[in-house]
Amino acid sequence: MNWESWSAFWDMGGNAFYVWGSYGVTALLVIVELVQLRARRLSSTRKLFRLQRAAAGRKLSEVQP
Amino acid sequence: MNSTESRFNLFHYAAPQAFYPIAGKLAPLFAAIALLLTLAGLWIGFFQAPTDAVQGEVYRVIFIHVPAAWMSMFVFLVMAFWSAVGLTLNTRLSALMAQALAPTGAMFCFVALWTGALWGRPTWGAYWVWDARLTSQLLLLFLYLGYMALVAAIDDPRRRDKAGAILCLVGAVNVPIIYFSVKWWNTLHQGASVSLTKAPSMASIMLSGMLVMALAAWAYTIAVALYRVRVLILERERHTDWVRGELANIGEVH
Repeated sequence: MNWESWSAFWDMGGNAFYVWGSYGVTALLVIVELVQLRARRLSSTRKLFRLQRAAAGRKLSEVQP
Repeated sequence: MNSTESRFNLFHYAAPQAFYPIAGKLAPLFAAIALLLTLAGLWIGFFQAPTDAVQGEVYRVIFIHVPAAWMSMFVFLVMAFWSAVGLTLNTRLSALMAQALAPTGAMFCFVALWTGALWGRPTWGAYWVWDARLTSQLLLLFLYLGYMALVAAIDDPRRRDKAGAILCLVGAVNVPIIYFSVKWWNTLHQGASVSLTKAPSMASIMLSGMLVMALAAWAYTIAVALYRVRVLILERERHTDWVRGELANIGEVH
């Protein structure tokens, strides 16, 4: 084990800002990408689903004027 | 005979309809691998790798900086590969693969620059210097953003794929420039710590932490690109019967 205590771990030898700033921003960007990807899938499938239903409705009204 | 068979198979999976369910099966697998490798890599990086004799603790930025920088270059080369395949063989899936990879490549490119800045301040005394390595890496970020903007701006799918592919192929020239910049010019950035031709210039436990994190970045990129390409496939193939069937299935879930 490298660290004498948890506070020594979080302090990173006085470089906490640089080390945790690197890891923190990376973690944040990964989370943002995953959330954004999920939102994109949901909005995209909803939109395609609506378009499909609208197209089906048009076809139906062509058959029964 | 054998070779024609394998060619046939490859082209079979190049059809979006055939690839869509495979991507759906593989993506969670790679996501799980990425999570496990990240945990293992962080454990090695923070609890196994010792304090560096010269840099103290701040060197631990290396466990994301180097994998992210590798990934940002590699992803652009993969995008260029798919672009070349798409332009020459006219396969529909190729351009979608490149488009699915771009945001993740851009993310890693930004992470490489960001962590580099935070590492540079305590070791070089500056967040940023206009040297060859840093400048060419910044150019790579602009190539990613330019590619994404170009692809988003063109409505016609064929023109979009073609324009994006050409940007990728031209922009790929920058990747060897980044890689060799530390050799070709006098830069503040150190040379490669790991290369194929000589023994790595770092302790093996540090090296293994870095390699595990690099594999995690690979698995993450594959997983996210597969999830994203599935959305792109649905959007692109929305007029086909199989997507209508697929949407009907998804629609029941919502």
